[in-house]
Amino acid sequence: MGGRKMGNLNEIAAHLLQNDDVQLIIGYGEGSAGRVRPLFVSNKKATEKLLFDSRCTQNLASYLYKKEITCLGKPAIVANIRTLRGIIRLAAEHQLEDETIIALAVSTGDDVKELRRLEDMEQYLSEADLQLKKEDKALLDKLNAMTIADRWAFWQQEMAHCIKCYACRQACPLCYCTQCTVEINQPQWIPVASSKLGNMEWHIMRSMHLAGRCIECGQCGEACPANIPIHLLPIRLAEEIRELYGSVTGISKRESCEMSSFQPDDKEKFIT
Amino acid sequence: MKNPFKLLRKALYTQWIEKLLSTQQVYGPVQQGKRVNYRRIASPAELTDDFIIPENSVKSFVFPRIEKLFSFTGNKEGVSIEDKNLEAIPYKVILGVRPCDAYGILNLGAIFGWNPADPIFSKRLERTTFIGSACNKTDDYCFCSSIGGGPGNTQGSDIFLTKMETGDYIAEIITPKGETLIASDLELFEEATGLEKEKYLAVLPRRFDDSHMEEKINVVFDTPIFDEYALRCLGCSACAYVCPVCGCFDIQDETRGGKGQRIRCWDSCGSKLFTLHTSGHNPRNTQGVRWRQRLMHKFSYMPERLGVRGCVGCGRCSRHCPVDMNISEQLSLISEC
Repeated sequence: MGGRKMGNLNEIAAHLLQNDDVQLIIGYGEGSAGRVRPLFVSNKKATEKLLFDSRCTQNLASYLYKKEITCLGKPAIVANIRTLRGIIRLAAEHQLEDETIIALAVSTGDDVKELRRLEDMEQYLSEADLQLKKEDKALLDKLNAMTIADRWAFWQQEMAHCIKCYACRQACPLCYCTQCTVEINQPQWIPVASSKLGNMEWHIMRSMHLAGRCIECGQCGEACPANIPIHLLPIRLAEEIRELYGSVTGISKRESCEMSSFQPDDKEKFIT
Repeated sequence: MKNPFKLLRKALYTQWIEKLLSTQQVYGPVQQGKRVNYRRIASPAELTDDFIIPENSVKSFVFPRIEKLFSFTGNKEGVSIEDKNLEAIPYKVILGVRPCDAYGILNLGAIFGWNPADPIFSKRLERTTFIGSACNKTDDYCFCSSIGGGPGNTQGSDIFLTKMETGDYIAEIITPKGETLIASDLELFEEATGLEKEKYLAVLPRRFDDSHMEEKINVVFDTPIFDEYALRCLGCSACAYVCPVCGCFDIQDETRGGKGQRIRCWDSCGSKLFTLHTSGHNPRNTQGVRWRQRLMHKFSYMPERLGVRGCVGCGRCSRHCPVDMNISEQLSLISEC
């Protein structure tokens, strides 16, 4: 660990601001207690504070539609693979238009690539691989090997720690609805209370809503203040979607939403 | 002056907990996987003291995530209401309470005790005894010593224990509730002289000067200091829910068929929905303004109205924040204005 600054990244960022190509850089800076934090830079001088290292795992794509950020002008965003996948998926869901942002792709060593078009980002992603973290893989394998009853018990136990703060929702780049179903009380679909039922219904709903949309960045789990591995729910459903439809999410602006679209040649095995 | 310190030997401490277990519900810090939380115990062996601070505060013992206020049944004649049976609230002892958490209970009590006092909160508080436990280590997020607390602060605890290197405890009986708790076990607590509590406490230097915080935070109200700091804030409620003093709540009716209950759930000023009007207007329309409200409430409105602050320096909000919003850093910036 350590705050390794990348000359290249800082220079490119400074250059973009100076040329008025963008008015804002969304990136990472040094945080407290050895952590990094999202950093928003609007002037050339402050680009010195931008850094990228192995700690920079947060998916920053969720800032791209926050009104407090969008009002600051056209952004360039320091983008790891997770962030890039978030951008592509947001574009696929018509939340982001082509050439409205610049991605500074930084996954491969010191080499920063300036990607201005979605097509460039797709190309970049076609050569990149998003691997599940080792401990996540291990836990997922363990969960897959469990009986349904044991798995249900595992999640019930974990969900007992949920305080329903919605950090998972707020951190997810794909939870962009301006009003979430849980915040509608007529009718009330999900209990507001952080009760056994309320917690479980929230997480089931969240996972199902992300099925076929989740880009597997794991940001929800990282944001969880109760350390519940909630990211494994949508990630497991993404596996299911891959098996059922052969589709991967977060790599093409033309990809669809498998759970809410119909194709005449869809498999209909579940009917028979 | 009466010597405030008593000696509680290690073996007798265990014996004491076993006695407590026979009369009431006992909770304390328990390690489960990576988590340490205050949980109900059946044996003193379940307790741990190898931690900085539990994941959740003791707030939920007096202000639970969900509090049933009353239940109701609708029928042809109208609606019948059944009040909560306050006498059913159990007596509890909470062991290993961090000084910041105990201090938080005192400050939370100022909110719920504000005339008229909340009967449910008051009953829970009356029936819960907090056994404080001195801190011998801290982390980068702890800042109790910067805002009037400290690793040996006894405010809010009914009994306060400081562990010595021998494993024995220095015991301070702080409140009448604490005295009542040990009334039948007085022989376990030895009169002792020459005990030096200070040398077993963690050293936590002050991170900022809080002496004029209440005035300074009012002065910076209209400056961009909050907006700038809160750009990265995601607007989740984690900070409020892990905070030992945040007392805002949301009232909900949960109805099924003709029956239901009115419940009080935790709420958070960081959430956009918190102040959203039916008309669509939102007086706190940006995350910066919501973050400002969080700090103003804790460092201006509460001191002004209740005479206490809404923050005890436990650092949980910052420790748990997914985007490293660090309250002591923001307070440092304000203190330098």
